[in-house]
Amino acid sequence: MSFFLTQTLTGLASASSLFLVAAGLTVIFGVTRVVNFAHGSLCMLGAFIGWSILTRLPRDPAWFALGVLATAAATALIGAALEIGLLRRIYRAPELFQLLATFGVVLVLADATLWLWGPNDLPLPRPPWLRQFVMIAGSRFPLFDLVLIAIGPLVLGGLLLVFHRTRWGVLVRAATQDRDMVAALGVDQRLLFTSVFALGAGLAGLGGVLALPAGSANLQIDLAVITEAFVIVVVGGLGSIGGAYLAAVLIGVLQAFGVVVLPGATLVLVFVVMAVVLVVRPYGLLGRDRGQSRTDAEAVILQRPAGPWQITAAGIGLALFLAAPLLVGPFGMAIATEMLVAMLFAASLHVMMGPGGMPSFGHAAWFGIGAYGAALLAQNLATPMPLALAGAPILAGLAAFAVGAFIVRLSGVYLAMLTLAFAQIVWAVAVQFVGLTGGDNGVLGVWPADPRGFYYVALALCVGGVLVLRRIMFSPFGFALRAGRDAPARAAASGIDMTAHRLAAFTLSGAAAGLAGAIFTYSKGSAFPTYISVSHSVDALIMVLLGGIGSLAGPIIGAIAYTGLFDLLLASDFWRARLGAVIIALVLFFPAGLAGWAERRR
Amino acid sequence: MTVLAVTGLQKRFGGVRAVDDVTFSIVAGEILALIGPNGAGKSTCFNLINGQIAPDHGTIHLHGRDITGLAPRQIARLGVGRSFQIAAGFASMTVRQNLQTAFAAHHRQSWRFWHDAMGAHIAEAEALLARVGLVAQADRAAGVLAYGDLKRLDLAIALAGAPGLLLMDEPGAGMALAERGALMRLVQKLAREDGMAVLFTEHDMAAVFAIADRVVVLNRGKILASGDPASVRADPLVQARYLGAGR
Ligand SMILES: Nc1ncnc2c1ncn2[C@@H]1O[C@H](COP(=O)(O)OP(=O)(O)O)[C@@H](O)[C@H]1O
Ligand SMILES: [Mg+2]
Repeated sequence: MSFFLTQTLTGLASASSLFLVAAGLTVIFGVTRVVNFAHGSLCMLGAFIGWSILTRLPRDPAWFALGVLATAAATALIGAALEIGLLRRIYRAPELFQLLATFGVVLVLADATLWLWGPNDLPLPRPPWLRQFVMIAGSRFPLFDLVLIAIGPLVLGGLLLVFHRTRWGVLVRAATQDRDMVAALGVDQRLLFTSVFALGAGLAGLGGVLALPAGSANLQIDLAVITEAFVIVVVGGLGSIGGAYLAAVLIGVLQAFGVVVLPGATLVLVFVVMAVVLVVRPYGLLGRDRGQSRTDAEAVILQRPAGPWQITAAGIGLALFLAAPLLVGPFGMAIATEMLVAMLFAASLHVMMGPGGMPSFGHAAWFGIGAYGAALLAQNLATPMPLALAGAPILAGLAAFAVGAFIVRLSGVYLAMLTLAFAQIVWAVAVQFVGLTGGDNGVLGVWPADPRGFYYVALALCVGGVLVLRRIMFSPFGFALRAGRDAPARAAASGIDMTAHRLAAFTLSGAAAGLAGAIFTYSKGSAFPTYISVSHSVDALIMVLLGGIGSLAGPIIGAIAYTGLFDLLLASDFWRARLGAVIIALVLFFPAGLAGWAERRR
Repeated sequence: MTVLAVTGLQKRFGGVRAVDDVTFSIVAGEILALIGPNGAGKSTCFNLINGQIAPDHGTIHLHGRDITGLAPRQIARLGVGRSFQIAAGFASMTVRQNLQTAFAAHHRQSWRFWHDAMGAHIAEAEALLARVGLVAQADRAAGVLAYGDLKRLDLAIALAGAPGLLLMDEPGAGMALAERGALMRLVQKLAREDGMAVLFTEHDMAAVFAIADRVVVLNRGKILASGDPASVRADPLVQARYLGAGR
């Protein structure tokens, strides 16, 4: 009995901070329709700012409360600045670009935090009152956890009160229902949006600082928190605050029990819960269908097969790659291989996002499954390279099929968030299952028998892979897939099974990314968790968007340009901030990608 | 031979009874016009018949088989084609590719991964383009068509499925009078020669009375009157409620 009680209470306590962050995210989405990737970063800033404030204040509860409120106010201000400086300019951009721009903010804020507070974890020195326990059903329970448990429902109640009882709140709710109507009422939308964003950011900061006593301010908070927040928001229903609380409680309590019953499997457990909820209620516990997201219907331009000059350019490119061993040294060869792998990786994402119409923020998952699949096959089963290279895409394809079966029905934002969440889970498995994967040390010593000859294997597989994808995209399957993206109802009325086509494309795309991962593993001799990181997923996204999503040439150009660009950026400190700035600039100035930009200029 | 039989069909949206106890049937080769003011429930009827939404009550039978609750793609495969009030083509393809895609779907070839889609069904596509008057637009992107052409393309995609039952939601919208007349004659020819059953709505009463074999008048979800065009036109209730209102 006491076990159940204490685990439930522990779960409720962690649910409160999860809820604060997720509530902010969901409120911001409801009004602005922007999925704020930087929300975890605001939470992280809350932790660091809170640390700086609280360590300078007298250590009693009253000052603590004051410091917490000051932190929330500070992050709210940062949020307002972010909205005015960036988001306001991209409300009309496609969802994916908004996500990408806010990811640029994640990178910039990560380096800014590193620069301001240094690389070390900063735990909060805990005064006696923070260390107090109370006896509950015969076991000791931290007093502060009880405070947290109370804060969740209090904030929920406060938010509901504000949204239902104040004019501002009513306007926010109206804007959530119908943005144009509010504009018609003559309300200053800009002020409304900025204030909503500030509120959301303040909630994130509040969540960050309140988690401080039980942990520390550290640089991992941003991505860890955003993943959990995405899951909670999706499970609860996008835009629903009550749903966010329910989901936070569900997942917090489940994790608290999971840690005891199935240690190491909590993340998988979370994903299973999410899958079950989405199968039963595709729009989350308290969510509603908001209709097709905008990305699904827009950005459709005529897709043409390559013209003469494109084929010529591709021929010259191919000749250069063929001759590369004669032209460049070992470093150049490494970059050439990376470019080839990037090409296949980006082309596979293009299949999913372009013709498939399914934006993915977690494409590195399939790459990583292929990379680890090949590495583990080679290491543990002494599989020869050709078999490992064949097995990897099969594994990745099977995984993509299993995941896709749950999520391909969903629309834009949901897909982006869920693919990201799944990638984070794969990443966590790679890091945590040390016995199998070697954890952060990775799997080493996976070299091809003939490293020089391997370059040509990589060349053949990557170019061949891209050509196979291209052929499939111009087959009846590819056209039917595109038909379903362009006009879902029209396609269905012509007998096209859109869901099945999307699932097949999802699987195909995962398999191709898995092949890219396996080739990468053999070219580097190892597989590391970084292959599965969010930034690797974003690499692929940038390549596709850099090149333009309208044709397969886009991701290929993007992959080559980005791999070159990245090697330049990586050679310096604070590369993340630079990359983030590049992403933000790209979204602001080249929303159609480089290829799309060139197309328009012609 | 009865192609479509709709019995006691009902659909509510919140408090609105969009379709309320509607019963009618169509035989092969027959052209039935569904008319009524905006919001009468015509499009909802179409959406119910092609499976896009599920009815609250009532049944839909196709060739004697109960198809109530089937998905749109299943109903399409049973030979029901439709065009949309708000026409939509496959915007990222040329007009010809739109039809090639539709023909491939009709011939159950949408799962071919290795064939060249652009090399297949060319002759069929050209023939259909000629019938609906889109030859000049064949190589243009569907996304940039004028609305009248888009309506024609939408109809052509539906016809590519060689439907035994064709549903047309305001096919003539956005077209000049002569174009609309030509389109209606094409549909009439298909009905007469191939025995295709047609259910359509249209605001242009001249077009309706020119080709319809029978007319059903819908008002606020309910059937107000039905019968051959002449008697419906003469019906005092219809005169008062609908035709009299300046049309
Ligand atoms: N998806 C929907 N949700 C809510 N109400 C709807 C929906 N579709 C139609 N309606 C309502 O049902 C009624 C009938 O609409 P509709 O079938 O489009 O009429 P018509 O095609 O005859 O103009 C209208 O009052 C319309 O507002
Ligand atoms: Mg209508």
